[in-house]
Amino acid sequence: MPKELWKGNEAIAEASVRAGLEAYFGYPITPQTEILEYLSRRMPELGRAFVQAESELGAINMVYGAACTGVRVMSTSSSPGVSLMMEGLSYIAGTEVPAVLVNVMRGGPGLGNIAPAQSDYNQAVRGGGHGDYPRIVLAPASVQEAIDLTALSFDLAEKYRMITMIILDGSTGQMMEPAEMPTMMEIKRKDFEWATTGAMNRERRVLSSIYLNPLDEEKTNLRLLKCWQDVQASEVRYKEYFLDDAKYVVVGFGTAGRVALSAVREARAQGIKVGLLRPITVSPFPYEALDQLTGQAEAFLVTEMNMGQMLDDVLLTVRGRVPVEFYGRPGGVVPFHNEILDEIKRIASGPLTVKSNPRDSWLTRMAA
Amino acid sequence: MTTPNNLVYDRPEAFTEMPTHYCPGCTHGVAHRLVAEVLEEMGMIDKTIGVAPVGCAVFAYNYFDTDFVEAPHGRAPAMATGIKRVLPDRVVFTYQGDGDLASIGMGEIVHAAARGENLTVIFINNANFGMTGGQMAPTTLPGMKTSSSQNGRDVETQGYPIKVSEMISTLDGVGYCVRRSLHDPKNIRLAKKAIRTAFETQVRGLGFSMVELLSTCPTNWGMTPVNSLKFVEEHMIPAYPLGDYKISDAIKQIKV
Repeated sequence: MPKELWKGNEAIAEASVRAGLEAYFGYPITPQTEILEYLSRRMPELGRAFVQAESELGAINMVYGAACTGVRVMSTSSSPGVSLMMEGLSYIAGTEVPAVLVNVMRGGPGLGNIAPAQSDYNQAVRGGGHGDYPRIVLAPASVQEAIDLTALSFDLAEKYRMITMIILDGSTGQMMEPAEMPTMMEIKRKDFEWATTGAMNRERRVLSSIYLNPLDEEKTNLRLLKCWQDVQASEVRYKEYFLDDAKYVVVGFGTAGRVALSAVREARAQGIKVGLLRPITVSPFPYEALDQLTGQAEAFLVTEMNMGQMLDDVLLTVRGRVPVEFYGRPGGVVPFHNEILDEIKRIASGPLTVKSNPRDSWLTRMAA
Repeated sequence: MTTPNNLVYDRPEAFTEMPTHYCPGCTHGVAHRLVAEVLEEMGMIDKTIGVAPVGCAVFAYNYFDTDFVEAPHGRAPAMATGIKRVLPDRVVFTYQGDGDLASIGMGEIVHAAARGENLTVIFINNANFGMTGGQMAPTTLPGMKTSSSQNGRDVETQGYPIKVSEMISTLDGVGYCVRRSLHDPKNIRLAKKAIRTAFETQVRGLGFSMVELLSTCPTNWGMTPVNSLKFVEEHMIPAYPLGDYKISDAIKQIKV
């Protein structure tokens, strides 16, 4: 297929349709509304289900209902809306049914703004809803990657019977880029052994997340963890740039990682041996790849569009072996590549010390 | 086991053999049985997907021999919408109490009705939150004592009861909306007929259908089962009049 110019949000919408999306339930919120608008036309013309719900609560519970029947189902929202959906996400996790949720993140907390941010990393990867459950979280950095990860998200959700989240920021949702769209996948409704579709010619099935006996709930929690171990063993994804001989390693996901790549390229042109690790799955996080780089790198620079949420995952991996520095732009600010370039130069010129909390010195620099 | 010639009462096929967990004198058992009988008579056991609520009927899925899912508090109509939209040829019903439907789930029920979702709602109104220990519900009567209205519901500070059937029946998406009671055999028979009509409404694609059933809660009301039935007759029915709040013309043609 030739490349076409696609807007990020609409690209995700079309990619989901081509990946076999049978039902979409959503609610308008900037900066993701184009997904809902696009699907309001596209889904009915294909004879598939589309409902603009009365709220994010309504939307995610429609997703939950449809997910129980085993079809490919999705909702999309932005930060405040995703907070409202957290109840449903916990139930979907507890019931072990597959679904896809896209969060086109904006500045927060609260109503915040509608500018691009990576403010919901912790909410996405640490659970967000109540209870003890893990979740796959994918973080695209371009329109093409958003298309590719949309298709993947449905496969992963089905394979592991869990909700798979795609987190991107408003800029990737709103920007237009040339991208290649996959061909339309034929919908083949699978007869999952767990799906509630009406008990014709089989024993009845019940889907619930109630385990009144704590021993049963514990067993369920442990089963979720076992499943998560399989995910960790098989589904870690990341991109490496200039890492072979890198003395300094930048770590960033999504747009922050993409901007960092421009800075890394320019630093390389200036003779600085710096590389970039860009996690694609921020959950499961590429701990092992980062751990190996710790033996090679003299320092890490974590860059995010928040106050250092993924930073904690990096610190957990590096464990004080080498200095970790942080540069973040929270609140809906997208960093310029020269800001990150300046940080790379600062780090390359040393000397650096291992700090218990790199946020402190970052905040001091921000205030200056 | 041979069936005696004079058998007049038996467990419906739509029931499992699970013993009930409901309190003595609670009419959930009656309402369950009516739904089960209707599903069986309509030959729909194997194409039905039930949505259980949070509240005393949280374990409804233990009793019906159909596929079932369990919804978060109040969200059953949203889950049912998701199921029905992808499986339009199946029968989907929610079974919800008044705390579930009229309090935390008011948004979901109103909008499912307004969209004209082709599903059936069995709404149990027993004027309190049963499962959590009998707190005030939106349907608690003025002056009625509950564990969270201990001096009797004071409408000045605790608001007025919500008349759900009256409200839902104003919505254009609704095909069938009636209130019945489970306090005596005659009314139980009328309730069954209404449940049958509600499911017929769904099967024929005539829009949202809801049957509100005035029900007892002897445990939390602090009454004997018999006095609870009297309470329904003497206090609940005057506050929540029985009747047909909306029956669309297409449904009036249905003979059940």
